[in-house]
Amino acid sequence: MATVPALHLHHVTVRRGEVEILTDVDLDLPPGRFLAILGPNGSGKSTLVKVALGLVAPDRGHAAIFGVDAGDAPERIGYVPQLKTFDRTFPATALELVVSGLRRRWPARVPPRERERAVAALADVGAEHLARRSLSRLSGGELQRAFLARALVRRPDLVVLDEPATGVDFLAEHDLSRLLERYQEETGATIVMVTHDLAAARHHASDVLVLNRVVHGFGPPEEALARDCLERAYGHVGHDHGPVIG
Amino acid sequence: MIAELATMLDFGFMQRALAAGAAIALMAGLLGVFVVQRGLAFLGDGLAHASFGGIALGALLAYGFGNAGLLAQPLWVALPFTLVAAIAIAWVRDRTELASDTAIGVAFAVSVALGVLFLSRIPPDRAVVDVWHLMFGSILAVGPDELRIILITAGLVSATLLLLWSRLAYATFDPELATTDGIRVRLLDYGLFGLAAVAVVVSAQVVGVVLMAAYLVIPAAAARLLTRSLARTTVVSVAIGTVTTVAGLVASYAIDVPSGSAIILLQAGLFLIATLLRPR
Repeated sequence: MATVPALHLHHVTVRRGEVEILTDVDLDLPPGRFLAILGPNGSGKSTLVKVALGLVAPDRGHAAIFGVDAGDAPERIGYVPQLKTFDRTFPATALELVVSGLRRRWPARVPPRERERAVAALADVGAEHLARRSLSRLSGGELQRAFLARALVRRPDLVVLDEPATGVDFLAEHDLSRLLERYQEETGATIVMVTHDLAAARHHASDVLVLNRVVHGFGPPEEALARDCLERAYGHVGHDHGPVIG
Repeated sequence: MIAELATMLDFGFMQRALAAGAAIALMAGLLGVFVVQRGLAFLGDGLAHASFGGIALGALLAYGFGNAGLLAQPLWVALPFTLVAAIAIAWVRDRTELASDTAIGVAFAVSVALGVLFLSRIPPDRAVVDVWHLMFGSILAVGPDELRIILITAGLVSATLLLLWSRLAYATFDPELATTDGIRVRLLDYGLFGLAAVAVVVSAQVVGVVLMAAYLVIPAAAARLLTRSLARTTVVSVAIGTVTTVAGLVASYAIDVPSGSAIILLQAGLFLIATLLRPR
């Protein structure tokens, strides 16, 4: 019997007004893979993730997660949004943030059992010491860990990250990829990560999707990150001082 | 203060004022936390002025149909009128990229313009709406029937807010995350605006537009400055609203100042103290 794909996109087209953001995107990602989605700014990467999460309804085609319509299996997904969209004035501690991932509701109070699980999730990402800290006082890297703990606390089968490294330094991004790999080893989960980092995609992903409105490459990094795929997506792959890719 | 409170409780109008004030403080304190955190501080004013348009329409209909049936009480026209205004504001926010304050500003201006237009059609000697009372109200003038309406409304609105609190809080924190976790954020938005409309139109009729707008913003804003979690903000917001209501009524009784002004100024005083005490 064929395995149900962790992520299935079938002829997905999304329009905003007259502009097509995504055109006829097809994708089948088997469970247990680590997919990096790459593309220039405005290429439809975040829109693609939102279609997969059920946040954006495609104008044509459909999306499914583990064989269920997008948006209908929230308990199987852990989502790390772009940190730049987060409202830093919201009064909350890192612990409450993680418990919200556990409960899928915002906690008014945190009972000891949930506290234990949330602190353990923070410890897994090296952020146990942040539990009582206000979100407004966390650095970009600390916030990233808190949001990752929130996404992983309910042990999801699919982890979706939308440019999680925006606003954090190189080391924080490297740590993030290592944490994701460790989680994947432990659980066999599927990872889908939107990134701008070609090196991270090359070193950590099992599959890469190169996107700019349409799919320009999909497969193992050595195939999808080939020069011709990147040139089609980005228009160019380097400057006079040398190519971006090796 | 205790002695003053004991003496003033001998009066029925003071008992009703305290009960109405406490009910409004509870309802507005719960609502205000979401209003302030979502950057909708102008919503209370906007909806209160929308209720002015509704009350004026109610008065015009009452005049036109000779105070027949439900029309004798402008509240029953103001309520659906303000609800429509609230839903229209939520709809414009939802459908366009305009900021909330812009949508509220449009509803505010249109409602006041309609209110003035409706009132101009009623001969001055037949006017049943006291605009001064509507704007500034008097919590001391709450009658038994009005108190009953306020208690029922506050009970229903507060119970609904408490029931939806964890969903509303999640949607306020991050609508996108809440949606991915199966929360119907858009429906909640419309629900929150609808609850705010009901709370504002019923309360503003009694305590006035100005006091209701203050109840909706100042206690929650002060609470926000003093707390690090939304649950605590909610509790402190209700507490500030209740304490300033009691203290404001005692002050108004003891030193003979307008009750609404006393309550608002006390709330503002606590807001100032919260600003100074805010943990840095």
